[in-house]
Amino acid sequence: MSESLVRIEGVSKSFGTFQAVRDVSLEVAKGEIFSLLGGSGCGKTTLLRMLAGFETPTAGRIFIDGADMAAVPPWDRPVHMMFQSYALFPHMSVERNVGYGLKHEAMSSAARQARVREMLDLVQLTEFATRKPHQISGGQRQRVALARALARQPKLLLLDEPLAALDKKLREHTQFELMSIQERTGVTFIVVTHDQEEAMTLSDRIAVMDKGQVKQVGRPDAVYEFPNSRFVANFLGSINTWEAKVMSIADVVTVDVPQLGQRLQARPTSGVQVGQALSLALRPEKITISRTPLQGANVIAGEVKDLAYFGKDSLYRIALPSGALISVHAVNAHRGGDAERLADWYDKVWLDFAPASAILLTE
Amino acid sequence: MLARWFHRRGWSDLVIGLPYVWLLIFFLIPFLIVAAMSFATRTPTAPPFGFGGENPAINLTGYSRLFTDALYLRAFVTSLANAAVAMVLCLALGYPMALGLTRVERGWRNILLMLVILPFWTSFLLRVYAWMGLMGSNSWFNHLLTQAWNWLVPQAWALRSLPLMHSNFAVVLVMVYTYLPFMILPLYANLERLDETLDEAAMDLGSRPFAVFRDITLPQSLPGIIAGGMLVFIPAAGELVIPTLVGDASSPMIGRVISDEFASARDWPMASSVAVALLILMVGPMMIYSHFEARAQSRESGT
Repeated sequence: MSESLVRIEGVSKSFGTFQAVRDVSLEVAKGEIFSLLGGSGCGKTTLLRMLAGFETPTAGRIFIDGADMAAVPPWDRPVHMMFQSYALFPHMSVERNVGYGLKHEAMSSAARQARVREMLDLVQLTEFATRKPHQISGGQRQRVALARALARQPKLLLLDEPLAALDKKLREHTQFELMSIQERTGVTFIVVTHDQEEAMTLSDRIAVMDKGQVKQVGRPDAVYEFPNSRFVANFLGSINTWEAKVMSIADVVTVDVPQLGQRLQARPTSGVQVGQALSLALRPEKITISRTPLQGANVIAGEVKDLAYFGKDSLYRIALPSGALISVHAVNAHRGGDAERLADWYDKVWLDFAPASAILLTE
Repeated sequence: MLARWFHRRGWSDLVIGLPYVWLLIFFLIPFLIVAAMSFATRTPTAPPFGFGGENPAINLTGYSRLFTDALYLRAFVTSLANAAVAMVLCLALGYPMALGLTRVERGWRNILLMLVILPFWTSFLLRVYAWMGLMGSNSWFNHLLTQAWNWLVPQAWALRSLPLMHSNFAVVLVMVYTYLPFMILPLYANLERLDETLDEAAMDLGSRPFAVFRDITLPQSLPGIIAGGMLVFIPAAGELVIPTLVGDASSPMIGRVISDEFASARDWPMASSVAVALLILMVGPMMIYSHFEARAQSRESGT
C-alpha cells in the first residue's frame, strides 16, 4: 500500500449505553477511494463524523496526514464533507456556496473568484452560478455540494451517501463523474454507503461494517469472492449458504451437506479441520445449469421451481428432492427458441460448480 | 353522502372568506369611521362632532395641529423612541433565549417554552402593579439598585432612592418585560426550523462557531427577527396602560394622548387624527417591507 493518509487506531464511540463504533482500526492510502459499507446503524456514519470532527471518539485515536486529530476542531481539519442532504446554504447563490470555505483562505478576491469559477467548471455548473439552491435540480445540487467541498483543496473528502438522493439513471452517470473528478483532483475520498453496488464500482477498497465493527477490508473483488464471514458473504450480492461438516481433507475438502442430502467438494482453506462444522457458501453465478446430465465434482440434480427472466440473464430457483432451494444465475448467452433455452419451468436439471468456487466460512 | 356535503366548494370559500369578513366588520369599518371622524368638526353636541351645516364638510384642523402643536410631535417621538428601545432590548434578550431553546434537549425545551408563556396566565395589570411596587422608592429592589448606584458613582451624586417610577426608563423596562414573549416565540419558531447540518457544513468549511452564527444562523433568522420586532414595536408604540401607570405624565406617549383627547378633552376629531396618523406610521413601513419581501420572493422563484 502506498503512503497512508488516514490512520484510525482502535476507535470506539458510545452514545450512552449504545456502542455505535467498536474498536475500529483502519488505514486509508493517499489518493484512494475508500468505502465504508454497511446497513443502517452499523456505525459507518458515526465513523465519518468522527473523521470530520463532529463527534469525539470515546476511545482510540485518529491521525490525518500524520497529525493526531483529537484536539483539532472541525474548522481546522484538512477534511471536508459532502453531506447526504448536501446542506447547501439556502440563502446563498451557487457561487457563494462554492466560495464559502475560501473566505478563510488568505487569497485575493480575484484568486478566490477564479477558484470558484474553476470549481464550477469542474462540475459543469458555470451557467447556474447566480442561482439559489432551490432553483436547481437535485443532481445539480449534488454537484454544488461536491464543488463546495473540493474548493479548499482538502486532503480528504468525506462523502456521506453521495448518490442516495439521486434517481437510478442519474446515479450511474454521477458515479463515473465522481470517479473522474477524484482522478483529476487526486483528493482521497472516504465514501459512506449502504449500497453495495455503489461501493463496488466506486471504490479502490471497501470496509464492510456491522454492529460498529469492521468485518472485512479489501478490494471489491476480494471482499466479494473471498468473504471472511457469513455476514460479509450475505451482505455483498446474493449467495447460497448451507450448514456443512468437514469429512476429509486432501487435494479437495469434502464436506457433508445434510440440507442437500449429499457431499460436496471445495478447495482447501486454511484453518479448516476434519469434523469441523462450518458453512458452505456459493454465489449463484458460479453454478452451471444444464438440462442434460453433467459430469463434474459437484453435480446436484433438481427441478426448476421458479424462473425470473431479466433479459441478459435469468435467475433460477432449483428445488432438490430434500426440499432445499438453490439459486442459480445464468447468462442467456444464446438466442433461440424454447428448445435452446437453458431450462424452463418444472424442467429436470443438473447443476455443477468447481470446488474452487465454494466458499468455506467458519465465522 | 355526509362527506360529500362537507367537501362542497362552498365550505372552502367560507373558511377562506371568514377572516376577511371578520377584518371587514371589526377592522376596516371601524377604521373608516375613525378616519371620517378625523375630518369632522368638534361640536358641543352628543356625539361631540359634526359634518356640514354650519361646520365645514372637511375640517383639517386635527391634522394641521399634529404638525404645529409640540405636544403631538413630542408624543410621537417619545412613543417611537420608547418602542424602538424596547424592541431592540427584547431582541437582545430574546434572541439568545430563543436560540438556547432550540439547543436544549426535547424534554427541557417544552418546560422552558411553557415558562416563556407562563406570565400570560396572570393578569397583565397585576404584573404592571407588581413592577410599580418593585420600582417604588421604598422597595427592596429599588433599595438594592440605589446601593449599587451609590457604590458606582462619586459621592456627590449619591441618592437616597432611585427615581425609577414615572420615567421613560420605567416604561421601557415594563414594556420589555411584557413583550419579551412576543419576540421569543416567533424567533423560536423560525430558529427551530433551521437545519443543523447547515451549521455543521459551515464549520466543516472552516468557520468557527461565531462565524457560523453570523453567516448561517443570523441571515436565516431574519424573517423571525422582523416578525418578532413588529410584534413588539407595533403594540409598544401604541401602548396606553404601561405609560399611564408607570410613565412620565409630562411627556406622554401617543396612546395616552389619544385616550385623553377622547375621554377628557372630548375632542373626538383630534383624537381620530392622532389615531389615523399613528396607523399610517405603523402600517406604512410594514407595507414597504412586505412589498420588498414579495418582490424578493418573486425574483427568487421566477428564474
